[in-house]
Amino acid sequence: MGRYILLRHREIADLHRLEVYVRHGGYEAWRKALTTMTPDQVIEEVKASGLRGRGGAGFPTGMKWSFVPKDVFPKYVVVNADESEPGTFKDREIMEGNPHQLIEGALLAAYAIQAERVYIYVRGEYRSVARRLEAAIAEAYAAGFIGRNVLGTGYSVEMAVHLGAGAYICGEETALLESLEGKIGHPRVRPPFPATYGLYGKPTVVNNVETLANVPPIILHGAAWYRTMGTEKSPGPKIFCLSGRVRRPGNYEAELGKITFRDLIFGEEYGQGLLEEGRAVKAILPAGASAPMLPASALDTPLDYESVQAAGSMLGSASIIVLDDTVDIVWAAYKMVRFFQHESCGKCTPCREGTYWLRRVYERIVAGRGRPKDPELLESIARQMAGKTLCPLGDFATSPVLSSLKHFRREYEDYLRRAVETPAGVPA
Amino acid sequence: MLREKYEQEIEAILARYPVKRSAVLPLLYLVQREYGYCTEEGIREVAEITGVSPTEVREVVGFYTLFYDHPIGRHLLQICDDLPCALRGADELVAHAARRLGIRPGETTPDGRFTLETVMCIGACHRAPAMQVDLEFVEHVTPEVFDRIVEDLSRDGA
Repeated sequence: MGRYILLRHREIADLHRLEVYVRHGGYEAWRKALTTMTPDQVIEEVKASGLRGRGGAGFPTGMKWSFVPKDVFPKYVVVNADESEPGTFKDREIMEGNPHQLIEGALLAAYAIQAERVYIYVRGEYRSVARRLEAAIAEAYAAGFIGRNVLGTGYSVEMAVHLGAGAYICGEETALLESLEGKIGHPRVRPPFPATYGLYGKPTVVNNVETLANVPPIILHGAAWYRTMGTEKSPGPKIFCLSGRVRRPGNYEAELGKITFRDLIFGEEYGQGLLEEGRAVKAILPAGASAPMLPASALDTPLDYESVQAAGSMLGSASIIVLDDTVDIVWAAYKMVRFFQHESCGKCTPCREGTYWLRRVYERIVAGRGRPKDPELLESIARQMAGKTLCPLGDFATSPVLSSLKHFRREYEDYLRRAVETPAGVPA
Repeated sequence: MLREKYEQEIEAILARYPVKRSAVLPLLYLVQREYGYCTEEGIREVAEITGVSPTEVREVVGFYTLFYDHPIGRHLLQICDDLPCALRGADELVAHAARRLGIRPGETTPDGRFTLETVMCIGACHRAPAMQVDLEFVEHVTPEVFDRIVEDLSRDGA
């Protein structure tokens, strides 16, 4: 077996073509499941593997599948390919380079819950990626891996790509389902959860692209093999998206818990250090804009779900954005708040109003017109948002605010002192 | 009329879903391809095909950033200025682009050729600064790369 489980296209040229994928063991897991395993056995194997959702929440995948009622039809599998978290570009690489592994994983999920249809919801900006995926699906149809009576087993399943149209909120699974139903992407009240009331009100499993790409190797080689990688609670490989002020940004596949932030940023086979010589890490964003930033003292935290949480943040989608000591933290927090204000869907008042006011306060601070009480004001607005919205976006929006105030309050105070000493527009 | 011109394509879209309403987004893309933006006529056609009220279709157009309810330039230049790209020069690139085209982000050149936009993360942070030209990725964008794109697209027929 090669070095990669997920990014196998880096070792195998033209892996996006079905013929090449099949020559390297592709669709063997699909054949194995269909001809030798019951749907429940597939669920049990994925449960035993300990695979956790790679979209951000880290929820056990097999358990998610087991919540789907057996006696309600039709059922759906929806692939969440709405990758939109700032700093995240892993699903894009899987779909471009290794699309059949995603398709095979989605088919296995469909068989496990006995779904008759799979939709892959791809963000609108990934139109070129969706074309690659559609070509791969067409190949899989032609080869008889998708469609009626697959491999003569009597099981039938359809698959189609659905293109979004620009909305971060549609990465939230119930908003995604609304969008797939042709509506605006407003999150639904939960419960009921998609497992019982999903697409068109039918039982639905929604899984992230990377999550499903893990499934074929699990079915082919078994849960015990999978558990030889990663840690007890975070098994398996993970793609880490590295961006920001590093020399070699990119996707890096590694076992969960086996490398630290420091390894990822400075390791020879990873980021190879900071962009400019003589600089130091100031802060790390472990999960794009959505999880609290960590100071440089967290550099030796292992990259698995439990360890990053213990350090005070979340691994989430593992989109690590590196801020070095050239970066103005208040400006960075402003950029992230601006993102959430733009992407708030407007359904819940605390998020719609809160992100707007956070942005307004940040705009005046970075423009040199901040007021001495602005840090307290930001904290007060954030407190009125956190935990008060239907979906996590309202919580996410408070992360850059509260974490930057916690670790880098001095930088806010510097801004505010300058604002008093040399009011904007008045020459110093 | 959409229905006469794209009959087969529309049938293929509708066949993908058990519920017609799911075709709203794919059909709006078709409207934009045909009319350049989501015209009132196009919105009514989508409403008719899917059995949804025109008001609901309009709501969808307003919600998603890739749908436009007004004419835009023949070429859409979308520069990401979100945090990861901004850590590697995106704000300077946006300033350069605005100077080069003589318009501000959100505006269209007077000749109707280019619309310039700043956009949120497009998933190209490892090749920042990044942009999309008519929704195709262009990465590692320097001011020189940007100027070349503008020149290429400024030739007659582009």
